[in-house]
Amino acid sequence: MSVPPTDAGAVRAPGASRGADPGPDPAVALDGLVRRRGERLVLRDVTLDVAAGTTLALLGPNGAGKSTLLRVLAGLLRPSRGGCRVLGHELPRDRRALGGRVAYLAHEPMLYRDLTVRQNLEHRARLLRVAPARVEALLEATGLERRAGFPVQALSRGLTQRAAAAATMLADPDLLLLDEPLANLDPTATARLRDLLAPTSPTAADPTRARTRIVAGHDPDAALAEADLVLGLRDGRVALLAPPSAITDVEIGELYR
Amino acid sequence: MSDRRSSDLRTLLLLEWRRERRVPQVLPTMLLFSIGAFVLFRFGLQDGRVEGPLAAGVLLVTTLLAALLGIGRLWAAEEEEGGLDAFRLTPASPTALVLAKALALWTFLLALHVVAVPAFLFLLAPHVDVAALPRLAAVLVLTDLGIAVVGTLVGAVAAVARSRELLVPLMAVPLLIPAVAIASEALAPLLERDAGSIEPRWWLVLALYDAVFVAVAWAVSDGIVED
Repeated sequence: MSVPPTDAGAVRAPGASRGADPGPDPAVALDGLVRRRGERLVLRDVTLDVAAGTTLALLGPNGAGKSTLLRVLAGLLRPSRGGCRVLGHELPRDRRALGGRVAYLAHEPMLYRDLTVRQNLEHRARLLRVAPARVEALLEATGLERRAGFPVQALSRGLTQRAAAAATMLADPDLLLLDEPLANLDPTATARLRDLLAPTSPTAADPTRARTRIVAGHDPDAALAEADLVLGLRDGRVALLAPPSAITDVEIGELYR
Repeated sequence: MSDRRSSDLRTLLLLEWRRERRVPQVLPTMLLFSIGAFVLFRFGLQDGRVEGPLAAGVLLVTTLLAALLGIGRLWAAEEEEGGLDAFRLTPASPTALVLAKALALWTFLLALHVVAVPAFLFLLAPHVDVAALPRLAAVLVLTDLGIAVVGTLVGAVAAVARSRELLVPLMAVPLLIPAVAIASEALAPLLERDAGSIEPRWWLVLALYDAVFVAVAWAVSDGIVED
């Protein structure tokens, strides 16, 4: 089912393709979410439920509000209006209660450029109350063992992205917010990070548990291939919300028109 | 303070020191400025010597201006490199972050004075009695604490603004005038040719100034880091 844009831009997600009803406490529940930047409405009345374990692909042209939505869900931006519930906690009120359960891989790596990769990961691990062994496991998983002693500013964009992904996965989060996670990567690194950031991961404490993921990107084919549900944003409104099997090329074309 | 908050504080303070050790920015800048200012005074003043209130003023105003340089850089990496966003995604205490920044700046100012005060005495005030130095150091420790706490708060507020470099002095100087004025009153007798003693009330007022701003920092740290 695809949902045409409405004035309100408000739709309720029908649930993931796994047949999951969002249930009484979905991983993400947005109700009429509005986010302003000055006079401009960046997100307009976004209503959405995402069941736990679902991968939601977030599509839309530049400036559609994808990154803003991810930052609101991460608790880094306050909603201007409307409800935002993440992993059972109301944002922004209960943001601190989420601890390290929500992780956000942003455009910017969120790493200190003059520290080494290892120093960055160790510092973050201490704040996340994560055992040092996890740092070593993630350095190995991202193929950064030999470059762990390099300052971040000495790394290429692709290697920096790998280091940022390692930092993102330190606390084995329940909700992963990924903003173009595979940008700037060569094929080998793409494969490594795809495994690391997958719904289930061998490096996770419970490798069978499916984590909830919201993945923003500009590659509709990749999004349709790996997502359970696709959300298309245009001018901050929900323009498309459907499982991949129900989405046509025309609808994708309309989204980016 | 809870164990967790203490652990966060230690982690965050170590980060500040480690970053300054790897890529020294704050300390060398403050140090070069201070020494440069003392050299200028040395050759700018008629006899190249200062004493009493004037000496206290030269030392403290130079410290204040040097501190402004450090304050401007204190939160820069958090905003420019996403450190603050990364921090907000952890369960660590915002109070620990603000206290760690304040402690880091305090230690940088103390380290500055370890070098700058001997330079000041050598260049501008060689007459100062060695017996007065422990009291001079104690006043500077208290003054630096006040500057560090106020500077941390101002730096955090200014960090999110586009005109950070303009906002830091505009906000910090008015708040730090009382600290400099009190410390100047305390230091002036120590920098006379015949060193006098500090009136007890200046100790009390300086400690009170520090206590008020430490309490303010404690109270507003959540709001500063969250928003």
